[in-house]
Amino acid sequence: MTPLLIVEQVLNGLQSGIMLFLMAAGLTLIFGVMGLINLAHGSLFMVGAFAAAATAAATGSFLLGLGAALVAAACAGALVERLVIRRLYDRDHLDQVLATFALILIFSEGTRWIFGSFPLYLDIPPALSGPVTLPGGIQYPLYRLFLIGVGLVLAGALFWLIGRTRLGIRIRAGENDREMIAALGVDIARLYTLVFALGAALAGLAGALVGAIQSVQVGMGEPVLILAFVVIVIGGIGSITGALVGALLVGLTDTLGGIFLPRLFALVMDPAAATQTGAALSSMAIYMLMAAVLVWRPTGLFGART
Amino acid sequence: MLKQLLASVALAACATTAMAEVKVGLITTLSGGGAGLGIDTRDGFMLALEQAGRDDVEVVIEDDQQKPDVAVQLADRLIQSEKVDVLTGIVWSNLAMAVVPAATAQGLFYLSTNAAPAQLAGAGCNPNYFSVSYQNDNLHEAAGAYATKAGFANSFILAPNYPAGKDSLNGFKRFYEGELAGEIYTDLGQTDYAAEIAQIRASGADSVFFFLPGGMGISFLKQYADSGVDLPLIGPAFSFDQNILQAVGDAALGVKNTSSWSKDLDNAANAAFVTAYSEKYGRLPSLYSAQGYDTANLLLSAMDKAEVSDDEAFRAALMEADFDSVRGKFSFNASQHPVQDLYVREVVREGDILTNQIVDTAITDRGHAYEAECKM
Repeated sequence: MTPLLIVEQVLNGLQSGIMLFLMAAGLTLIFGVMGLINLAHGSLFMVGAFAAAATAAATGSFLLGLGAALVAAACAGALVERLVIRRLYDRDHLDQVLATFALILIFSEGTRWIFGSFPLYLDIPPALSGPVTLPGGIQYPLYRLFLIGVGLVLAGALFWLIGRTRLGIRIRAGENDREMIAALGVDIARLYTLVFALGAALAGLAGALVGAIQSVQVGMGEPVLILAFVVIVIGGIGSITGALVGALLVGLTDTLGGIFLPRLFALVMDPAAATQTGAALSSMAIYMLMAAVLVWRPTGLFGART
Repeated sequence: MLKQLLASVALAACATTAMAEVKVGLITTLSGGGAGLGIDTRDGFMLALEQAGRDDVEVVIEDDQQKPDVAVQLADRLIQSEKVDVLTGIVWSNLAMAVVPAATAQGLFYLSTNAAPAQLAGAGCNPNYFSVSYQNDNLHEAAGAYATKAGFANSFILAPNYPAGKDSLNGFKRFYEGELAGEIYTDLGQTDYAAEIAQIRASGADSVFFFLPGGMGISFLKQYADSGVDLPLIGPAFSFDQNILQAVGDAALGVKNTSSWSKDLDNAANAAFVTAYSEKYGRLPSLYSAQGYDTANLLLSAMDKAEVSDDEAFRAALMEADFDSVRGKFSFNASQHPVQDLYVREVVREGDILTNQIVDTAITDRGHAYEAECKM
């Protein structure tokens, strides 16, 4: 194992973590502010990717595709909030889970109906494709560095929005005491739609960014959704800081576990068995991390203490 | 005289009505991420029936949603309420394992259009189970044979961590004679391969064999092309099938992949099939379409020779495989799996679309590795 490989894997972990953060941020905001479990968040990720792929194919511009992903996912989010989710705030979590699960099916089959059953093509723009050589002689794909950069900028913007703007004050107030801010004259219905659209836009953008290096296909959002839930449980539900730390932890654990665990086992058993055991354990690693965090802090790393 | 004539007409009429209609249950994946494969299977199957212009076959089509429990429910319903004679269509091996043993135990025929796990080829073989596609290991074996032939001596191999993934790497190793630079199992449904690609880069391999069907393969190929690692890639046809090549884009160009069928395979049945399929559906057929098409033609050929109600005779008729396969020569071995040639294809660009072209034959007349375990 060379130091170069380790540095490359840390970068990979960072990149996957920062993309997870974009998903988890919306999920945790929506849960924190509205108390809603939104299983359809993965569908918004898919909507973003499909909007980007269709727009990029039609116009030839990746940037326009990203814009389309933002707009399409935000609109889909706002629409879903107005039509469906609004009726569920006072229901218990089981009703919300059922309704948003139904939304997953509607989004999946709807997308299949519009775009067909075969995966779409979305590629990295030529300006960002290919590897670059980093100091120390590491060859690393430029696009993944771009993803880390974009993710960090968005995370910064989100922290600024939540911590420094009037909208952010309302969102934080909404998390703490819904009735009180309604009583103070804040249009709570509008605030909810806005938060939902914001979360959806982040998910859609993540879908488009990641879609360029993955397969743009129906159902692509669900695996990410599961990881995003793990992230917000680790980070503490409702906390943006928690989502960031949780996402990076999950990204790094997932990536580094996959290469180090098999090597660790190879020290004590034969290579074939070590590969098998290592692969099995590394796919469980993030869940073991989650369990460990929950034992130590039942409300997550940055969750409200009760 | 008149009486005799009437009697013979009546007899003939009886014979026509007694010419039992065959009812087929086609269970395949028509919704969700894997829908493309099932749709191709169905379209290939139905095209063959349409071309034959026969009205003595009734097909009930059901969507298994790529879920084993749904497939089992559908099979039960088709067997008990619809009273089908033949089941077919399942794409995924885990679904086939859930459905096939129960269906054949109830005396139905199962003709596999794709999934053919080792369990059903060896100890679990059954007189009522025919695989028209291949045995799961075949395309991987062909890749191993090709890697050896191409002079690769240090391959890095990877596959998802599930039964077909393990069969895949075992199949490759069965015919590969070089060293392994590394062997990894990835998660099923994994979308990011940065960690694996970094390991490939660090391993000093001279080639890479990968089995990552569907969306996994698209993700891997795009990321591999962007990583700057330029070792030759080899894989089975699943990651290079017609319906996903366009989503991979230029990243797939020049990659060698192994298949039991290709659209440029030179025989009359195949040329007619490719033309008819493209005209009817407006897209090129895939391996799944070809296997669906062959399965339907095999069924029709057996129906011409025997009644489906007569198990022994119908089985013998199926075994003869007396139909024009789009794969050229085609026959069954004793375990009722195909004996066929396996080809090496290369991804090329034809006009606007990416497609495959045969460049070599990897193994001729290949049966499968579990033949001896099948006691039938």
